[in-house]
Amino acid sequence: MQPSMIPRLCVLSLFLVHAFSNAETITAPTPPPHEWRLPDHVPYPDGNEPTPQRVELGRMLYFDKRLSRDGTTSCASCHDPAQGWSDGLATSRGLDGKTLPRASPTIINAAYNTIQMWDGRKASLEDQAMGPMDSPDEMATDFDKLMALLGRDATYRAAFQAAYPDAPIDKLLIAKAIASFERTVVARNAPFDRWLAGDVTAMTLQQQRGFQIFVDPNTGNCAVCHRAPLFTDNGFHNIGLSSFGREGADPGRFAHKPIAVLKGAFKTPTLRNIAETAPYFHDGSAATLMDVVEHYARGGDVKTNLSPNLKTGPLTQQDKDDLVAFMQALSSPIPAPIAAASTRVSHLPVAGK
Amino acid sequence: MNVQATTQALPPSMMKTALYALTLMVLVMASTGDADAEDHVVTQSNMSFSATDLTVKVGDTVSFSNRDSMAHNVYSLSDAKTFDLGSSAPNTSKKVTLDQPGVVDVECALHPSMRMKIKVTQ
Repeated sequence: MQPSMIPRLCVLSLFLVHAFSNAETITAPTPPPHEWRLPDHVPYPDGNEPTPQRVELGRMLYFDKRLSRDGTTSCASCHDPAQGWSDGLATSRGLDGKTLPRASPTIINAAYNTIQMWDGRKASLEDQAMGPMDSPDEMATDFDKLMALLGRDATYRAAFQAAYPDAPIDKLLIAKAIASFERTVVARNAPFDRWLAGDVTAMTLQQQRGFQIFVDPNTGNCAVCHRAPLFTDNGFHNIGLSSFGREGADPGRFAHKPIAVLKGAFKTPTLRNIAETAPYFHDGSAATLMDVVEHYARGGDVKTNLSPNLKTGPLTQQDKDDLVAFMQALSSPIPAPIAAASTRVSHLPVAGK
Repeated sequence: MNVQATTQALPPSMMKTALYALTLMVLVMASTGDADAEDHVVTQSNMSFSATDLTVKVGDTVSFSNRDSMAHNVYSLSDAKTFDLGSSAPNTSKKVTLDQPGVVDVECALHPSMRMKIKVTQ
């Protein structure tokens, strides 16, 4: 080797070492701007400011199985705090163990939703709260019996008086109290939130790569529907589930809004605490988050009437692993359901109310 | 006066051509409806319509122009006008003619928080 070559080789080797080390530890992306930060204030409709007394009354009702006709089911039976405020089942069980057609959606951050239920048939948490109680397949509440119970129970009478002074106890008041409690089920302290707040170590490099893929329209393209800041567009999409190809398939949103693109379309769920709410999709057909990613990577199974926004680019196995890792960074510890949690709730207009 | 003078000055062959042109113009106007019809443009961007309320006249058209990076839809199930423009890809536009008076509630089926009202007057 010529002596004059030595400095050049040193420079080359330094360049290669630098390039190699960059490939091994990618530069952490700057946390994105504030649009991904969950709004501080939880919206609520006129006439139902969630005071601590209303939240406490709602908590009592939420966990009370006596609200159901046969005394076996409470709101928490299908929206269980220990199961990510869902039930861990592919599709829920109703009265007498009847299998219901859809999965139980989590109520985590449902307070922020501008439309409720898989098919959007309820506008607000107040509207939604009465749904299972009115349904003969779910809680099938006997309201005459329930009103008599609430009227003679001294604890309930005092709680209603404290929450809604001098208001007659009726279905509307029950719904308002339950909705007030549900507005305290807010997830906002995940590793992702801490990363957004500037803690660059809150998410692993793999999770940060996963976020980049999540928002990249040319690869994951997940954020086209799982939008900032709620991880949902409050929209409806047919995502090509195999169940849509079966005879008598669930029409989803189409049953309420007969518009062609809505046939087989269901509401985009939030991804907050998603690691705790398996199985996934409205029919519970995906057991794991990787199953979900694989579904999108192959462009769905039944490709008729797919949402025009369902376009996932090519994903490597590494990309898929990174996406799953990112979704695992969306889990927040949610405080125990206590009335004091209502202190963050503030009045904002609710769309549709 | 000037028009008459000019007409008188036209040779018969040009006069015939002018009459053909006039007839054609009348036919085109008749086939496209009210000559006073206006096209109103509403853009879809940042998951919103650019107007929440719009007043138009019977016979007017409204063009919905998608400036977002995702597909949208435009439909109405109102008595005054029921229509479904289907999906609109980014950077495309679709048009509807409002042919009856009344209030038309317009929504994006994919993103129902996108809503607007069109008041159609005589």
